[in-house]
Amino acid sequence: MRFAIPFVIFLLLVVFLAAGLLYDPHEVPSPLINKPAPAFQLAQLHEPGKTFSPQEMRGQVWLLNTWASWCVSCLEEHLVLADLARSGDVPIYGLNYKDKRENALALLRELGNPYVLSVLDTDGRVGIDYGVYGVPETYLIDKNGLIRFKQIGPVTREILDKTILPMVTELNQ
Amino acid sequence: MLAEIGQFSLIVALLIAVIQVTLPMIGATRGKRSWMAVGIPAGRAQFIFVAVAFGCLAYLFVTNDFSVLNVASNSNSQLPVHYRLAATWGSHEGSLLLWTLILGFWTLAVTLFSGHLPKEMVARVLSVMGSISVGFLLFLLLTSNPFIRLSSPPSDGGDLNPLLQDPAMVLHPPMLYMGYVGFSVAFAFAISALIGGRLDANWARWSRPWTTVAWTFLTGGIALGSFWAYYELGWGGWWFWDPVENASFMPWLVSTALIHSLAVTEKRGAFKSWTVLLAIAAFSLSLLGTFLVRSGVLTSVHAFATDPKRGIFILCFLGIVIGGSLLLYAWRAKQVGLGGNFDLVSRESFLLTNNVLLAVAAASVLLGTLYPLFIEVLGMGKLSVGPPYFNTIFVAVMVPAMFLLGVGPTARWKKASLPELAVRLRWAFAASAIAGIVIPFLVSGWKPRVSLGLSLALWIVITAAVSLWERLKNGMGPQPRSYYGMQLAHVGVAVLIAGITLVTGYQAEKDVRMDIGDTVNLGGYDFRFNGVTEVAGANYLAGRAEIEIIRNGRMVRTMYPEKRVYNASGNALTETAIDSGLFRDLYLSLGEPVGQNRAWSVRVHYKPFVDWIWAGAVLMMIGGGLAASGRRYVKPAGKQRKVES
Repeated sequence: MRFAIPFVIFLLLVVFLAAGLLYDPHEVPSPLINKPAPAFQLAQLHEPGKTFSPQEMRGQVWLLNTWASWCVSCLEEHLVLADLARSGDVPIYGLNYKDKRENALALLRELGNPYVLSVLDTDGRVGIDYGVYGVPETYLIDKNGLIRFKQIGPVTREILDKTILPMVTELNQ
Repeated sequence: MLAEIGQFSLIVALLIAVIQVTLPMIGATRGKRSWMAVGIPAGRAQFIFVAVAFGCLAYLFVTNDFSVLNVASNSNSQLPVHYRLAATWGSHEGSLLLWTLILGFWTLAVTLFSGHLPKEMVARVLSVMGSISVGFLLFLLLTSNPFIRLSSPPSDGGDLNPLLQDPAMVLHPPMLYMGYVGFSVAFAFAISALIGGRLDANWARWSRPWTTVAWTFLTGGIALGSFWAYYELGWGGWWFWDPVENASFMPWLVSTALIHSLAVTEKRGAFKSWTVLLAIAAFSLSLLGTFLVRSGVLTSVHAFATDPKRGIFILCFLGIVIGGSLLLYAWRAKQVGLGGNFDLVSRESFLLTNNVLLAVAAASVLLGTLYPLFIEVLGMGKLSVGPPYFNTIFVAVMVPAMFLLGVGPTARWKKASLPELAVRLRWAFAASAIAGIVIPFLVSGWKPRVSLGLSLALWIVITAAVSLWERLKNGMGPQPRSYYGMQLAHVGVAVLIAGITLVTGYQAEKDVRMDIGDTVNLGGYDFRFNGVTEVAGANYLAGRAEIEIIRNGRMVRTMYPEKRVYNASGNALTETAIDSGLFRDLYLSLGEPVGQNRAWSVRVHYKPFVDWIWAGAVLMMIGGGLAASGRRYVKPAGKQRKVES
């Protein structure tokens, strides 16, 4: 049916154009989406003698949230994260990014600690592996250790309800 | 009050357009003459109401009614009145209204000049055109209403983009749209013929003049845009392969193919399904161009993100119009058949090859334009496809096409003989090849690409002369106007190629810092800088440089390039000074002040033969006009004279 070929080509074109339109410039696609979360082994914030590595989280769906005491918009999302931690829907691990340990501890003391634990990425090396270019950023990682979603900027209630939690439920099944 | 009248007129026009779509189409299917007859008055009334709306908007702009959002954001009271008028179509909303107005104009033309066509055909054509109108009127009213009022009007407006404050920019959009939208007629004829199931020589004859006229306008629109970019942007370039340019170039390539294919379908009954597809493609690409430019899907994702409704609306509209017509094509094209037979060596096959080459060129421009989008959507990063891709592909495709352009008009229909052709054209071939190789030495040094380009240009001109000479010698009598139109357009292509070849081969530029009294030498001219003075324009403040041009110790003339800062927007703009000539342009653009001592950076260009590019386009337009005004189109059908051209 060669007369249908133009139509098929046009359909393909429409799909691409639609994808191009619906593409939101704020969701800069991370090259890490659907790729394994980069490995690291970093000292924990509260117990510097112990380390933490993403490998330990195999079999669980979890969030990795980069934060810092110097970051103003992190304060904004702190309340949302605290709510999320209370609900127990998904564990949140913190990557304390280019921060001083005392400041980080002070902040958590004051505002409460939504994290199961935080690790110290004092020189920002791990941040580079994850392609962090602004704090806060949040990664949703699945049971196989693959990054499934990346939020650039503060996690809001809306993003949590509309995107992250539905994905968590789906990934947990 | 006028804004409300304008909006109301658009709503009325929409309702009339709905009638124009439905009644005539149903009438044509059921054979009801009275229903079919509704199309003509409906089409005319629809045009009148859109024209009223357009007039209202123009009046609001001219009278500085800043209570209308569109006026407040795109015009101000300092703007000279002709630019206020042009600002009517300087904005997104206004330019869509212009699009719709021009569609109405073409519809009106169809109602006026189709008296001799079968009633079913006219009814269907008007119905198809009406459905496009419905789409655009809905788009205007739902997402891009130009008549929205502001609750608290500002005391003065923003500004029309300074780049658009230019005579060429006043004319460019209407001309371009006359072309774009003009293809809707050929499109409507093609769709009507597919629906009616009758695709014959008559269909091609009816479509031809419309297509040629639209093509002529599009040629003019593109040339004007390119000329504008040349003298306004201050970079000395005349074609940038940017998405907006490509959006207008693709329909041009396809419609050029369509014009030739229609000729074959009319004269030989061949290529029918291919011609229909080209007619659909030419208009589809015009719509796609409008989409690409208006949705901002390519140029700037951010600009678009402010109003996603628009892009989605146009995409849905594209899907319905193009998708629908391609489905119709897939369904009905088989019945149409391929039409007449021809030999491997014949004018038909030369034209078919050229058609395919033009289509390939259009497809590669489309691919290059959309490739960055594909890559981004597939998540493979961002990239841009630059001139290197386009130039490489384009030259590769165009070289054989231009060679065939010389052969085609001299070859016989149905069956030609290669040895005979070779004998007739051998001197033309030898002369153009030799001259192409020799001339660059005389100009300024040999370059292979210049030789190739000049040989092709000469080949086209000489073969055209051979064809004309043979016809007159064989006593074929005075040739029809369309024949001269064709040859003139072909010579226009040759002139264009010569211009492009020579300017790319031999242009030179210097970017220099100039103090008062400094001279710079380029292309045999001395440019002496006499400093910059401040000049106030109607709505801008300019630094105007005085530069004297000296050749062999003699003053040629003084040129005044400017750097303007517009009062309303604070935008700075370079106003180039150009000394145009038959063989070269001297092109000056003023940069920035450098350091103290009133020194400025100045860019001096020497552009040999650059005006030939636009001269070629003008010749093509005249050729198109001649061909479209041929007697057999103007005369009502009936006796059809067989014309061999």
